Parts: sequence; C-alpha cells; structure tokens
Amino acid sequence: MHVPDGFLDAPTSIATGVVAVAGVAVALRGARKELDDRTAPLAGLVATFVFAAQMINFPVAGGTSGHLLGGVLAAVLAGPFTAVLCLSVVLLVQALLMADGGVTALGTNITLMGIVGVVAGWLVFRGLLSVLPRRTSMVAPAAAVAALVSVPTAALAFAALFVIGGTAPVDSGKVLVAMVGWHVVIGIGEAVITALVVGSVVASRPDLVHGARHLLAARELEIRKAVA
Amino acid sequence: MRSRKFFAIFLLVSLLVAGVGSYYASSHPDGLEYVAGKTGFGDSAKDSATSDSPFADYGVKGVDNARLSGGLAGVVGCAVVLVLAGGLFLVVRRRGDGEAGAGIGAGDEA
Repeated sequence: MHVPDGFLDAPTSIATGVVAVAGVAVALRGARKELDDRTAPLAGLVATFVFAAQMINFPVAGGTSGHLLGGVLAAVLAGPFTAVLCLSVVLLVQALLMADGGVTALGTNITLMGIVGVVAGWLVFRGLLSVLPRRTSMVAPAAAVAALVSVPTAALAFAALFVIGGTAPVDSGKVLVAMVGWHVVIGIGEAVITALVVGSVVASRPDLVHGARHLLAARELEIRKAVA
Repeated sequence: MRSRKFFAIFLLVSLLVAGVGSYYASSHPDGLEYVAGKTGFGDSAKDSATSDSPFADYGVKGVDNARLSGGLAGVVGCAVVLVLAGGLFLVVRRRGDGEAGAGIGAGDEA
C-alpha cells in the first residue's frame, strides 16, 4: 500500500507529514513504557522482520498482490507505541534506500500504515481479548482478526485522503469501494501471517509478547493461589 | 528457549525471508497500484526522488543476477532497519529497573 509521490497534492502531503511527526513524537514517549532491557532487542528484530516480510508480495485474485503491513504483528509482539516506531523506521528505509513509497509521501505512508493500521488493529485486538477467555492461546486468533481489520481500515484512510487531496480527476466513490474491497482480501493474508508469527512467538517465549504478558501474570497468580 | 537462541532464530528467519524468499514474491501490482490503474489515477504517480538509489526497487545496481541482486538488497535493508530500529529502542528503553520482567522472566533459564 506504499503511496508514491504524486497521488496526493502538496497540502494533503504536508498535513499527513504533520500527523506523522506528531504520531511518532507520541509513540516515542509511549514506547518508553513498553521497552526495557528484555524487550528492546525483540522490538528491533520485529522491525527487521516487518521489513523482510513486506518484500514478499503474495498473489491475490485477479492479477493483484498484497504484502504484510505488519502493524498488528508489531503491536502485539512489541506494544502499540513501539509498533508505530517499527513501521516508521521500515517506511523511512524503504522510501530513502529502496525507492518504495514516495519521499514526499512518507508522511502519508507513516500515517496510513504506521498510525491508522496500528491504532485500529490494536483497538480491535484489545477489544477481542477483553471478551475472550483469559488464555494465551487466544492471543494469536485475536491478532489475526485485528490484522484482517487493520488492512482495509488503512485502505479506507487512503481513500479518504484521496477524496481530500487526490490529484487525478477520478470518481472517488469508485476508489473507496475498490480500495476497501481489495484490501479485505489482502487482509486475509495479513491475518494468516500475523497468526503464524504471533502464535510461534507466544508458543516459545510468551513472556516477551507485549499482548500476552498480562495473561501470563494472571496465570501465575492463579497457580500461586492454588498452591497456597 | 533462551533469549539469545530465540533472537538468533528470529533474525535468521528475517534474513531468509528477505534474502532468499523475496525472489519468489508475486510481481503483480499491489492493491493500491491495481486500484489506481483500474480507476484511472495510476498515471499521477511520479518517480521517487530516490529512484537512482543503488538499492532502488529492491535490487543492487550493477548486479545482474536477479536472485543475487534482490537477495543482497533484502539483506542490506534488514541490516539498516535492525541498526536504526534496534539503536532507537535501546536509547528509548527504560534501563535497569526490570520490573516488567519480575517473576515472569523464568523463560530465560528454561
């Protein structure tokens, strides 16, 4: 979903740039609470994995492809504020080094994939966990659903930006329907990859998973209670 | 699983995905490109200011073998992201207090 230069006009790109800078500033403050000596290394590796996974476009129907955005994956593993920073670093490196996503569109891409995707996905994830049984086995399925929702939500946000600042005179209603529709399909791939990776990490080191840690604490308390 | 082994596996998977797996990625346009083409705003895209980067489009300039070129670009990209993000997180993290790990860090000894 990397937006190239030229799709959106200058005022819109400047506005999303301001949103991105503000979002990263908030994330820098919030990430401090999520990162300590034990979790910081994993967070760096999560950013690296998101970069790697974004290189693999998987085919979806009708000659289209999609790749992992990784916002929910990063948020569940490393925490939502840290996830915003992970995606921002990945998008920065892609724009400057790989010419993937425009340089003037960097703010737009950080806003869409780094902020909208992460925030929407995290809200869905937390909402699901609050109604599901309090078990670590629920983390991967909840992450999958959140991942599925996060992709079309980011696509919807692009369509909204296109209505405001699209440079080409095309029917923005059609853009909105097509963007959301295709990205629901791509979101299925996002859900599968997110579930596999989150599930593997929860199985091997649940104590390092931001979105599972509170469940582990609860489990320990229960064990202690039973022993006492 | 020990942290060191766990982190090593995590990094290895990323390097394999970027360095080897990426060769098998679909070359179809992604969702946004496809919609842009279909609805008629694809031509409003402009070349990136960084399109002459030595790693533009996930290849290494001057390396003709597609598998090698893409794989190297992927590994270089991973290394740059790891240094930038890892460095940032080491600076931002809370140091020494370790309270988040108290009691549930037993996995390290497992």
